[in-house]
Amino acid sequence: MNKRETILMKGADAIGEAAVRAGCSCYFGYPITPQNEIPEYMSRRMDEVGRVFLQGESEIASINMVLGAAAAGVRAMTSSSSPGISLKQEGLSFLAAMELPAVIININRGGPGLGNIAPSQGDYYQATRGGGHGDYRMPVYAPATIQELYDFTMESFDVADIYRTPVMILGDGMMGQLVEPIIVHEREEIDLPPKDYILNGAQERPSRIIKSLILDTREMEEHNWKLKRKYDLMRTLLPRYEEFMTDDAKLVIIAYGTAARIAKGAVKRVRSNGLKVGLFRPITVWPFPDEAVLSLTKKSKVFLVFEMSTGQMVDDVRLAVSGRVDCEFYGRPGGIIPSPQEISRIIERYWMQKEL
Amino acid sequence: MKKIFSRPECLKPTPFHYCPGCGHSILHRLVAEVIDEMNLRGRIIGIPPAGCAVLAYDYFDIDMCEAAHGRGCAVATGFKRSRPECIIFTYQGDGDMAAIGTAETLHAANRGENITSIFVNNAVYGMTGGQMAPTTILGQKTTTSPFGRRSNVEGYPLKITEIISTLPGAAYVARTSLATPAKVMATKKTIKKAFETQLAGLGYSLVEVLSPCPTNWKISSIESFKYLEERLELEYPLGVMKEVTTEKGS
Repeated sequence: MNKRETILMKGADAIGEAAVRAGCSCYFGYPITPQNEIPEYMSRRMDEVGRVFLQGESEIASINMVLGAAAAGVRAMTSSSSPGISLKQEGLSFLAAMELPAVIININRGGPGLGNIAPSQGDYYQATRGGGHGDYRMPVYAPATIQELYDFTMESFDVADIYRTPVMILGDGMMGQLVEPIIVHEREEIDLPPKDYILNGAQERPSRIIKSLILDTREMEEHNWKLKRKYDLMRTLLPRYEEFMTDDAKLVIIAYGTAARIAKGAVKRVRSNGLKVGLFRPITVWPFPDEAVLSLTKKSKVFLVFEMSTGQMVDDVRLAVSGRVDCEFYGRPGGIIPSPQEISRIIERYWMQKEL
Repeated sequence: MKKIFSRPECLKPTPFHYCPGCGHSILHRLVAEVIDEMNLRGRIIGIPPAGCAVLAYDYFDIDMCEAAHGRGCAVATGFKRSRPECIIFTYQGDGDMAAIGTAETLHAANRGENITSIFVNNAVYGMTGGQMAPTTILGQKTTTSPFGRRSNVEGYPLKITEIISTLPGAAYVARTSLATPAKVMATKKTIKKAFETQLAGLGYSLVEVLSPCPTNWKISSIESFKYLEERLELEYPLGVMKEVTTEKGS
C-alpha cells in the first residue's frame, strides 16, 4: 500500500492498517463476532511486516499477552466484542494499575450475556466507568466514520504512550462492517516520553519491577491519587466532540458513534422542515466533553439523548447540565438500528411537546 | 582467607518473609545461583505469581513483572514474542499453574512457547491460609477440605506436569523435590537444564518442584520434609518426563 491514498476500506481493516502504521508490534486476540475481520487482517498484515500476530487461547490470555508486550516496551493491541471485553477487564485493571500502554478495540454487540451480534451501545457504562475492579479510568474514543476509526486507532497508540494507560476504541458491529472511502496515511512523528520503565533485562542498570501490589495502605492511597492526577490531566486535555448545526439550535440531539450518524441524518431531515435542531457528538466518551455540553445550555433549552441502549450516556449528559435544561432520552437497545426517519419523528414529537 | 559461600548476586540483601521451613527461600536461592552461574542477569525477566511468592521481586535483583493470578504464561508469551533475545521465566504455585491458570499454562506449553516455568507444588494454597489446591492429595486435610480430600466430592489431584509432558510443544519437563540436600542440588541442575533448553530455543520447559509448607500442613518443619518425601513424592514421582534435544521444524 502507498504512503497516502484514498481507498475503500472496511472498518475492521481500517483498524488493523492504522495499528500497523502506528507501529503496533504485537497483536493478540481471540475470535468473536462481529470483529473477526480484525484478527484476520492482522494475521496477514503483521506477517507481511515481520511483526507478531498471535491468536490467544482466550480473551483473558490475549490481554495478558498484551500486558507482557507492553511491559517489554513495545506497542501492543487486542480487539474483541462485548462478552470478550468482559473477560479482558482483569487485564485492563492491571494495565491501568501498572501504568502500561495498550490499545483495546471493542466492537460492541447486543447484550447482556451472549446477546446477539448486531450493533449496540450497551457497553458504554463498562467502557467509561473503568469496567474492571479498582479506582481507575481509561480514555475511550467512539468513532463515527471509518476515517475516524483509522485516525483514532492510530492516535490511541500515542495517547497510550503519553499517559501510560490502556486506551479503548469503542465501535459497534456497524463500525466494524461498514465500508467507506478513507485516506490512509502514515503516523505523524511526535515527541513521546522515554520508556524508562520497561523490562528488557537488568543490563548496566539497576533491576526494575512492574507490579500493582501495594500492601502499604498509605502507599496505595498515594498511588490512587497519582493516577487521579493523571486522569485529571486527561480530563483537561483529551475531550473531543463534534458540533453540527448547533449555532441556532433550540433542540440539540446528543449521540455518539453509529447513533450519531443516524442522528445527523435526522437533523438534516428536520432542518429541511425548518426546525432549528443541531447535533452534539462526543468523540471521547471518557473523558466526557462535559464543559462543551454545559456551554450548549446557554443557547439550547432542550437536549435529546439518543443511544442504541436503554440509556447510559444520558447519565453523563445529565451530570454535565446539572438540571439547567430538559434532558430527554430515546433509545433502541438490543441491536436495533433505527432509521433517520424514526429519529426525526422523535425530534418532531419533542419539538411539539416542548412548544419550541 | 578464601570466600567459599556468599549471597548470589541476583538476590537482594533482603531477609525472606517466608515461613520457617518453607521451600520458597531455598528455591529462590537456587534460581538466583543458576542465573548468576549462567550469566543471565542482563537479559532475564522473571514473572512471579499471585500467591506466597508474589513478593519474589523483593528478593530477586533482576527485572520482574507481576502477573494476575494464573496468567504468568500469557504475560511471559507477550514478553518472549516481543523480546525473543530475553530469557523469560514464570515462577508459579500450584493454584496459579494448575487451577486458575491451567488454560494459559497448557496453551503456552502447547505452542512450544520458548519460556521456562518453575512450578512450586506444595499441595495447598499457602498465602490465603491453607485451602485445597488442585494438587492436594487424596485424604489431605485443608481448610476447605476439612474431612480430607475425597475423590467423589473434591475430585483427584491434578498432575499438570504429566499432562504437559504429552504436549509436542514441551521440550523439557521434569519434577524434583526439596526434601533432602541431595534433591535440592538435583533441583538446581534441573533448573539449569530448563534455562539451557530455552537458550537453545527448543520450546517450553517446566520444572515442578515439590516443596514443604509446614505452616499450612500444620506439622513441624522436620515432619514436613518427611511428609514431602513419604507422601507427596509418592503421588508425584520425581524425574525427567520429557527431554527434547534437537530443534523441531515448522
